[in-house]
Amino acid sequence: MTQAPVPQSAITRAWESDFMWSFRHSPVAIVSFVVAATLIFAAIFAPLIAPHTPFEPGTLNLMNGFSKPMEANEFTGETFVLGTDDQGRDVISTILYGMRISLFVGFAAVTFAMVLGVTLGLVAGYAGGWTGTIIMRIADVQLTFPGILVAMLIFGIAKGITPIHLRDQMAIWVLILAIGLSEWVQFARVVRGATLVERNKEYVQAARLNGRRPLGIMLRHILPNVLGPVLVIATISLALAIIAEATLSFLGVGAPPTQPSLGTLIRIGQGFLFSGEWWIILFPSITLLALALSVNLLGDWLRDVLNPKLR
Amino acid sequence: MAADVLSVRNLRVEIPLRNEVLCPVDGVSFNIPAGEILGVVGESGAGKSMTGNAVIGLLDRPAHIAGGEIWLNGQRIDNLPKEAMRRLRGKQIGMVFQDPLTSLNPLLPIGEQLRETILEHLPVTKPQAAARAIAALEEVGIPAAARRIDSYPHEFSGGMRQRVVIALALCAEPSLVIADEPTTALDVSVQAQIIALLKRLCRERGTAVMLVTHDMGVIAETSDSVAVMYAGRLCELGPVREVMTHPAHPYTIGLMASTPLAAKGQKRLNQIPGAMPRLDNLPTACAFHPRCPQVQDRCSVEPGPDLEACGGRAACWFANGAGS
Amino acid sequence: MLAFTIRRTFQSVVVLLVVGLVAFSMFRFVGDPVDNMLGQERTGADIERLRTQLGLDQPFPVQYFKFLRGAVQGNFGVSYRQGRAVSGIIAERLPATLELAAVSAILAVVFGFGLGVFTAIRRDGWAANTIMTLSLVGVSLPTFLIGILLIYLFSVELNWLPSFGRGDVVDLGWWRTGLLTESGLKALILPAITLGLYQMTLIMRLVRSEMLEVLRQDYIRFARARGLKERVVHFRHALKNTLIPVITVTGLQLGSIIAFAIITETVFQWPGVGLLFINSIQFVDIPIMAAYLMLISVMFVGINLVVDLLYFAIDPRLHVGSSGVKG
Repeated sequence: MTQAPVPQSAITRAWESDFMWSFRHSPVAIVSFVVAATLIFAAIFAPLIAPHTPFEPGTLNLMNGFSKPMEANEFTGETFVLGTDDQGRDVISTILYGMRISLFVGFAAVTFAMVLGVTLGLVAGYAGGWTGTIIMRIADVQLTFPGILVAMLIFGIAKGITPIHLRDQMAIWVLILAIGLSEWVQFARVVRGATLVERNKEYVQAARLNGRRPLGIMLRHILPNVLGPVLVIATISLALAIIAEATLSFLGVGAPPTQPSLGTLIRIGQGFLFSGEWWIILFPSITLLALALSVNLLGDWLRDVLNPKLR
Repeated sequence: MAADVLSVRNLRVEIPLRNEVLCPVDGVSFNIPAGEILGVVGESGAGKSMTGNAVIGLLDRPAHIAGGEIWLNGQRIDNLPKEAMRRLRGKQIGMVFQDPLTSLNPLLPIGEQLRETILEHLPVTKPQAAARAIAALEEVGIPAAARRIDSYPHEFSGGMRQRVVIALALCAEPSLVIADEPTTALDVSVQAQIIALLKRLCRERGTAVMLVTHDMGVIAETSDSVAVMYAGRLCELGPVREVMTHPAHPYTIGLMASTPLAAKGQKRLNQIPGAMPRLDNLPTACAFHPRCPQVQDRCSVEPGPDLEACGGRAACWFANGAGS
Repeated sequence: MLAFTIRRTFQSVVVLLVVGLVAFSMFRFVGDPVDNMLGQERTGADIERLRTQLGLDQPFPVQYFKFLRGAVQGNFGVSYRQGRAVSGIIAERLPATLELAAVSAILAVVFGFGLGVFTAIRRDGWAANTIMTLSLVGVSLPTFLIGILLIYLFSVELNWLPSFGRGDVVDLGWWRTGLLTESGLKALILPAITLGLYQMTLIMRLVRSEMLEVLRQDYIRFARARGLKERVVHFRHALKNTLIPVITVTGLQLGSIIAFAIITETVFQWPGVGLLFINSIQFVDIPIMAAYLMLISVMFVGINLVVDLLYFAIDPRLHVGSSGVKG
């Protein structure tokens, strides 16, 4: 401690910060981060990485169907690392493309839920009165029901409203809407709580007396305050959204077979469980598990680091 | 020495952390004879409560006794097995906590909490325990005790609850009571009553009391002797009258000057400059030297003299009355 | 107590009215009921007649009121897909779901509480740590994967237990039970574990964290300072205080078991209302969706009400009016 302070770059400072310190000292966080990052990366660059384009009917050879992993197909002699499904689609490629859809729906749904939740939370906390009461009562009623049920119901209603010939095309967007609407409540609650605390602080009162618009100031002051909890909730919501999407698709009320997500792949694979083609269901399941678990563990770690009180 | 109910020798408590070991209590020694009250004063974080918790064997992990000895009625208790220590608690050592609002279980009637304690420690039948429970409440001045026995804690005021807590601490007739800031959380109007009650009960029964507080006024009213703690160390120990009128350690002098009671006649209260050091950043040698008005070169090199060894009152090389 | 009950009941009724409005709106605005009920060959007169018959020409509030009146009497109209009364279809399938949910709930509560208390008391033990780590995996594991895994292990590989259906059933009046036959009980094992596991994990983690919180309280320190046995401290002083916050959440969890049964029933082709609901979404069978929504809301609201009253019974601080003068 007696040495002269060495000038530090911003990167070194960031690396030495408490946040990074606890990251470097948590094997769980490091492993989860590496796994999640790898999977996300693989999903984004799926068209470049995937050995086949599984959803172009022209490129498929039915003769390749049910190839076992790492074994040459008995008819065509082609080898697929993780095997193929009944239509001769390469399992690795279907997983990569499926993960793309799972992650897209997950991120989009969480972003939607976050924007909606933060906005409604701010409004409820700031406006108070009837508006606030109504928003929070809706939140309470919705919280009584499990998110997955809310998502199913919204999916069903939206499907009913969509014209029949558009249903498959719109399915992904309906899914995002349904999952997003089922997860906004947590965001709204945290933001509303913080807003209620902030609203009565002197600087907001002062701004009001000065005739300034306190809402703008509050946005500037409250948002940074709730960034930590919102980030934690967003991460945990992402894991939940990925699982919700997979569940809905597995149940046949999510991504259509023409745009299969991981859940759809598992749904397809379940049919082959009894006939011995285990690889068709196993690999998508493992991928889904790795994705959900790593994001969940990251969220858990973030919660411990950023906001121990949120437990 | 035989008359001492409690005798603490050179007690040291350590808290091992990720990359260092904190030492919230270091080299503390004192005795409490039967029927006497020892006041332990100091700022928050000085190690007063930690000392009390060490005596009753309720240090929160990872804190633990790392050195020294604790003797209770001639029995060494700091190294007792868990179960033996558990039997001792409540039976031989009673404890009164700071906040009566939180120290009673909100879901059990007070009579229930009294009876379970009595049945645990005394060889009595259930009806006898029930009778004793009512007697214990009467003794601490709860009106209509027989009728209130089945009330829940939330049905009592703060002062009344602290009386219940005292009844609980004393119901198995322990020979030592540790009272950890028993009046801090109470209304000023009630504080004096509670202190008087504690004092009366202990005098009547010959119970030794370790009274932890940061309030010099309380000590002046009740205690027979006083121990002043600073940063985990004992800096002065002596009869209350002497310490109050002729404080020896510079820290005690500062403390007295900042107490309204002792500072009567002064226009304004003095304060000791600076703040108590954090445990992870203790000054070398005498922990008080950075704030000490009488600091000399020796203080930053060598810890103050050992209270026991030199038989003196204050752990300071330059204490009033102690030459070097 | 009475005022409290009345207030809670009133709130429950409001929630049900709101849900009813949602269900009714689904009926009225999602797709055209007339379109759904008449086939391809229809005349303008047919449509008009059906509209009058269904009351679609009346003002909205009147229609809503009629819908509610029908719902209270258990009349939810006719399934678009099956052409039978929705109430009959649901009544036929409800026992299967309720039996599955009840067994799962018992599993979840018994093991959830047991393991939660265990892991809280043995906070740093290896067994508790292992359970906690496993529970984190359990929380991340989607229910349907657990089901598939169990099917693979116990049906495909070991061939011990059936992978679908509810086995032989016995009719007890209108209630068709699978609990009285060996094959019915065997068929129940895997679905019940699948459905209960997630709730058990949640209850366990909740009990653990609440109990750890309670163990940090002053009155627990004081109980220890009074020399009470650890067993008494844990089970008499800590557990009861843990129950209060846990009961609310557990109640809600048990309610959601009925909803989560949708997933389990699909995996195991369990002939309950959950499977019915999923099929109704796939085929946009609005009357069944609406009826299911109402049914599950009534159950949830009922459970919430019971939980509130239970809460009230446990916590003496909520006993308004009792001023400690008793017997």
